[in-house]
Amino acid sequence: MVAEIIVAIITAALISNVVLSRFLGICAFLGVSNKVETAKGMGVAVIFVILLATAVTFGINYLFLEEKTSIFHLDLTYLQTIAFILVIACLVQFLEMFLKRYIPSLYKALGIYLPLITTNCAVLGVALTVAQDYSNFIIGMAYALGTSGGFCISIVLLASIREKLENNDIPESFKGKPIVLIMACLMAIAFTGFSNLNIG
Amino acid sequence: MNIIISSVVLLAIIALIIGIFLGISSEIFKVEVDEKILKVRECLPGNNCGGCGYAGCDALAEAIAKGEAAVNQCPVGGAPVAAKISEVMGVDAGTSTKMVAFVRCNGTCVNANKSYEYTGVKDCRIAASLPNAGEKACRNACLGYGTCVAACKFDAISIVDGVAKVDEEKCVACKACINACPMKVIELVPYGKKHKVECSNKDKGKVAMDACKVSCIACGMCERTCSVGAIKVTNGIAIMDYEKCNDCGACAEKCPRKCITK
Repeated sequence: MVAEIIVAIITAALISNVVLSRFLGICAFLGVSNKVETAKGMGVAVIFVILLATAVTFGINYLFLEEKTSIFHLDLTYLQTIAFILVIACLVQFLEMFLKRYIPSLYKALGIYLPLITTNCAVLGVALTVAQDYSNFIIGMAYALGTSGGFCISIVLLASIREKLENNDIPESFKGKPIVLIMACLMAIAFTGFSNLNIG
Repeated sequence: MNIIISSVVLLAIIALIIGIFLGISSEIFKVEVDEKILKVRECLPGNNCGGCGYAGCDALAEAIAKGEAAVNQCPVGGAPVAAKISEVMGVDAGTSTKMVAFVRCNGTCVNANKSYEYTGVKDCRIAASLPNAGEKACRNACLGYGTCVAACKFDAISIVDGVAKVDEEKCVACKACINACPMKVIELVPYGKKHKVECSNKDKGKVAMDACKVSCIACGMCERTCSVGAIKVTNGIAIMDYEKCNDCGACAEKCPRKCITK
C-alpha cells in the first residue's frame, strides 16, 4: 500500500507531469509565473483546490454517480463533468474569500488567475481521472497530491527561470511570452527524461 | 424517467448545499471594503476591457476611490459614467474636460513629397525604421500604414488619403494609438478644439518647405500673432498650450503654411 502511494505520487508529479507532459493547466502556468513568490502562491492554491476537489468529487462519484455503489442504483456517470465543475467553482470561491480575508497580498498578486483556477483544466482533469480510473480513495488522493505537486514544481521552476531570464539580452521579437513558451518547451523535453524512470 | 428525475434532484441538492456553504462562508470571511469603492464600481460598466489602463473595473474603482485615477478615466462609460462617479466622489465633473486623440500631420498624398517609393510590409513600425523614417520626405510625418488603426479598440481611427484621422465622436482617449505610433505624431487634445497645429515637422525653413506643402517652417508668425501667449515655437515646431488657447483662430489666419487647422 505504502509503495503504491509513493509510486502514484512520483508518477503523477514527475513522469507524467500535468503541465509538461499532459498539457493541462497551461493558462495559469504561463500567466502567473512572473515571480517565484506568486508562483508559489498559485502552486499552493492549486494543490489546495485539487486535493479538496478530488476528495469531494470522489465522494459524490462514489455515493451518487457510480451504478455499483450509488444509493440510487442508477448509472449517472454522465453527470460527472457538470457536478464536478460545480464543486470546483464552489471551492475556488471559498478559496478566494479565504485569501481576501487572511492573505490579501497573495489575493492581489494572483489577481484574475485566482478565479480562473475554476477553469484550470488540471483541476477538472484530476477530478475526472480519479473518479474514472481509481477505485481506492487513498491512492486516488495520492495521485491528486502528486499531480498538484507536479503543477507546483513546474510553475515554480518556470518562475525561477523567468526571473533569471529578465537579466538577459533577449532578441526583440522573443521578448515576453515567446521566450516563455520556448522555456516551457525545453522544460517539457527535460521532463521526458523521467519517463525512463523505472519504478513500481 | 426515473433517471432524469434523480439526476435533476441530485444536481439541485448539490447546488443547494454549495449555495448555503458559500453563503455562510461569505459571512464568516467578510472583508470591510471602502464604501466608495463599491459605489464607484457600481457606476462602471463592468466589462473589464482594460481600456483605462488598469487591470479591470475593480482595479479602476479602487484607484478612483483613492484619488489615483481621474473620475473620467473609464473610456467606455464616457461622460455619463464620469458624471455619476464624480457625484459619488464629490468632485465637479466639469473640471475634467473630455480629451480626444489628434494626429499632428496633414501630409496627405497631395501635400507630402516622397523621397522614394516603398513597397514593403504595410506597417508603420517597419516603415519607421527605414532611411529617412519612411518614404515621405518629412522625417516626422504620419506614415499612413494604419498601425494606430489596428491598435484602436473603438474603431475611431481611419486612414484618409494617406494620413490617420481620428473620429472625435468615437475616440475615448485610451491612448492606445499614442502608444502604438512609432512616429509619435498623435497627442491628446481637448474635444471640440478647432485650432490645432496639424504638423510635427521639426525642421526649419527650406528643408521643411521642401518636405511638405503644409509643413511648419518654424517662422514664429503664430507666436507673434497670439494675444494670449498660447502658442510657442520650440525645437522647430509650433506647440500649442491648450489651457491658455482661447480658440480665436488668429494664428490659423496668419500661418503662411496653413498648418494650423481652422
